[in-house]
Amino acid sequence: MKKTIQVQYFAILREQAGTAAETVQTEAENPGELYQTLRERHGFTLEPAQLKVAVNDDFAPWDAVLADSDRVVFIPPVAGG
Amino acid sequence: MRFEISSQPIDPAELRRTLENIRAGACVTFEGWVRDFNEGRTVLRLAYEAFDTLAVKEGERILEEAKRDFDIFDICCVHRSGVLELGDLAVWVGVSAQHRGAAFDACRYVIDEVKTRVPIWKKEFYEDGDSGWINAGAG
Repeated sequence: MKKTIQVQYFAILREQAGTAAETVQTEAENPGELYQTLRERHGFTLEPAQLKVAVNDDFAPWDAVLADSDRVVFIPPVAGG
Repeated sequence: MRFEISSQPIDPAELRRTLENIRAGACVTFEGWVRDFNEGRTVLRLAYEAFDTLAVKEGERILEEAKRDFDIFDICCVHRSGVLELGDLAVWVGVSAQHRGAAFDACRYVIDEVKTRVPIWKKEFYEDGDSGWINAGAG
């Protein structure tokens, strides 16, 4: 069943997507499947192994079960300091 | 104890005052500055972008770990977001403690963890007109 997911992009993913946020209708079960779909759409260069995932503003595993209205962020390698 | 992402310049004197404590015999602070050179290239300026909600959440976890693991009184960290020029203050960490050893150790712990765990990204703008996100190389 399709669900609505709010995706927010930062840094290199924001530039490659050409947007800071989008709402997607998806059948993806988890963030791993969702990234695969979005990577095909936007041509993201980062491999999943280089990213972390946040669901609803906290870190989550790649196989976390997505629910309707969840907010997902794919986190590129960080570089603070 | 506080962790903040700030789009405004950091005032170290004001932050240092928040740590004052007459029981403390030591205050260690760290300032991260914007440098003009990185990995063989001349840098003109930086832009920091943060996932604010999670950055604050993860930053507070790091400060809590430092409070738990080191014998300190208070601890504070502020990281900038937005465009920064050479010499600007990018990140500030301050710790007060009864003795210097714990203050140095906690300060070092916080800046090291912030750099690897907090969702903040750095884009460098180079002299040759090129720019790039640090650590975002493919593969």
